[in-house]
Amino acid sequence: MLCPECGKRPATLHYTKIVNGHKSEFHLCEVCAQEKGEYMQMPGFENGFSFHQLLSGLLNFDASPSEPGGHGGAPKPHIHRCPTCGLTYNQFSKIGRFGCADCYKTFRDRLVPLLRRVHGHASHRGKIPERTKGELKLRRELERLKEELALRVQAEEFEEAARLRDQIRSLQEKLEK
Amino acid sequence: MSLEHFMQNAISEWMRVKGPESHIVFSSRVRIARNLTAYPFPMLSTSSQAEAVVREVEEAWKKERDSHPLLKDAELIRMRDLTDLEKRVLVEKHLISPMLAEESRHGAVLLSKDESVSIMINEEDHIRIQCLFPGLQLERAWEMANRIDDWFEKHLSYAFDDQCGYLTSCPTNVGTGIRASVMVHLPALAMTQQLDRLLPAITQVGLAVRGIYGEGSEALGQLYQVSNQVTLGQSEDEILDKLQGVVRQMIQHEELARQRLLETSSIQLEDRVHRSYGVLAHSRIIDSKEAMQRLSDVRLGVDTGLIRGVSANVMNELMVMTQPGFLQQYAGMRLDAEQRDVRRSKLIRERLSMEKDQDES
Ligand SMILES: [Zn+2]
Ligand SMILES: [Zn+2]
Repeated sequence: MLCPECGKRPATLHYTKIVNGHKSEFHLCEVCAQEKGEYMQMPGFENGFSFHQLLSGLLNFDASPSEPGGHGGAPKPHIHRCPTCGLTYNQFSKIGRFGCADCYKTFRDRLVPLLRRVHGHASHRGKIPERTKGELKLRRELERLKEELALRVQAEEFEEAARLRDQIRSLQEKLEK
Repeated sequence: MSLEHFMQNAISEWMRVKGPESHIVFSSRVRIARNLTAYPFPMLSTSSQAEAVVREVEEAWKKERDSHPLLKDAELIRMRDLTDLEKRVLVEKHLISPMLAEESRHGAVLLSKDESVSIMINEEDHIRIQCLFPGLQLERAWEMANRIDDWFEKHLSYAFDDQCGYLTSCPTNVGTGIRASVMVHLPALAMTQQLDRLLPAITQVGLAVRGIYGEGSEALGQLYQVSNQVTLGQSEDEILDKLQGVVRQMIQHEELARQRLLETSSIQLEDRVHRSYGVLAHSRIIDSKEAMQRLSDVRLGVDTGLIRGVSANVMNELMVMTQPGFLQQYAGMRLDAEQRDVRRSKLIRERLSMEKDQDES
C-alpha cells in the first residue's frame, strides 16, 4: 500500500492512535512519519489492528476481478453465508474478521490466495494440539492404508488386501467415536 | 498514598528484575491466540456464550492451578468490575489491550501475581495468553506460554484445522496464533540518524516496527517494538529465531553507535544526558513528550556510565508511572492536561530524590 500522506512511497509504518476515545488507524511512509512526529496518548497494544486496513485492501482487490461477468466456470456463490454464524464474505471483507471457526471452511477457496499474500504460505507448520495430534495421526495412517489397499488390489494380492480392509475398518470406527 | 507504596502497585514484579541485554532490550513478550470450538468468536457471541467462555477458561485454570505457582496465585478479573481508570492503568502497564478495556462486554483477564502472565478472555479471540519477561528472553516467554497452552488444552477444545492451524478471528493471526515482540531502546541510533535506514530494512524482512509512544524516528523516548507479522507457514521456533536474530543485530548496531558517540562527541553526549537529568530533577511542569525524551537521555547516560547513582530501572518505571492513568490514580482524582504536567514533574522529582537517598545511605 502507498503512503496516503504523500502517495509516493510505500507505507511501512502502521499504527493505531486513540483520539478522544476513538481509535483511528494510520499508515505512513518513513518520511511522512518523521515529518508528522505523532505520538499516542496511550501505549498501543499491538493487536493486528494496524494490519486490518492493509488486509481489507487485499480483500477488495481479491473480490473485484473474479465476481462480475465470470465465464460460466464453477458457480461462484455471490452471497456465500457461513452456515454456523451467518457471516457473509462481503461482511468479512469489510471488518477483516471471521465470525466463527467454520468460516474458515466456508470461505476456504477465497481464503487460500489471501493467506498466501498475507503470510507467504497457506498451510500450518507449527504446534498441533495434543488431542488433534492423535486424531491427525490416525487420519494420515488411514490414507496410507487406503493407498496400499489400492496397490494390493491392482496386484491381485487379495489376501493382503482383505487384511488391509479390516485394518481400515477398525481405524474408521476409532475415528468416528 | 506514599510514592513507595504507589510504586509497589505501579511496577510489575517482573519489571524489577534485570534481564539479559537490558542495556538495550527492555522486555520480551509472546502472545498466543486460541479459540474454543463450541462458540462463535467474541465479535459474534451472545452474552451467554461469552459468559460460558469465561466459565470454561476459569474451570480449566482451577483444574490446573497446581501445575505452576504463576497459575496458583493468579486472579481472574472481570472488566465489568473495574472502573475506567483501573482499566486504563492495566492498559498502561501493557497487561490488557485497549480493545479489552474499551470494547469487550464480557472481557476478563487472568493475571498472575507478578503480572508476567496475563490471559485475556473474550478480546478479539476467546483466549490470548501473554507472557512478559525482562530483557531479551523470547524463548523463555514462548516456553511459558506454550506450557500454559498445554495445560488449558487438556480441558478445552480448541478450534484447530489441519491446514490453517489454530483458527483466529482475524486471518492475520491464523496458524500459530503467535505474536512475539521485543521492546528496544535505540537512542544512539536515533542521534546518529541511522534509524531511517534501519527501520525500513526490518520491515522488509517481514517484521513490524513501531514506536511504543509515537512513530518513526520521532518515537518518544526512542522506544520501539519489533514483532513478527507472519503467523502461518512457519513454526513457532522459526518465527522466534528470525525475530531474535534481527534484534541481536539491532543490539550490535546500537552498541556500536553508542561507542562511536562516546569516542567522537563525548562532551556533547555528557552535556546532553546531564542537562536532561537537570530538567527532570528541577522542572516544575513537564509534558509527556519532553518527559519521555529526558528519561531516554538519562537512561542512555546510565547505560553508558556517564551518569552514576541512578538505577537503570528508573526510566522504565517512570515511563509507566507518568502516563495519564497512573498520574490520576496517584493523585486520586481526575486531572486535566495542565494539572498532569505539574503532577508529572512532581512525581519525577520525588522518584529521583528517592534514588539519592538510597545513594547516601
Ligand atoms: Zn509518505
Ligand atoms: Zn462462521
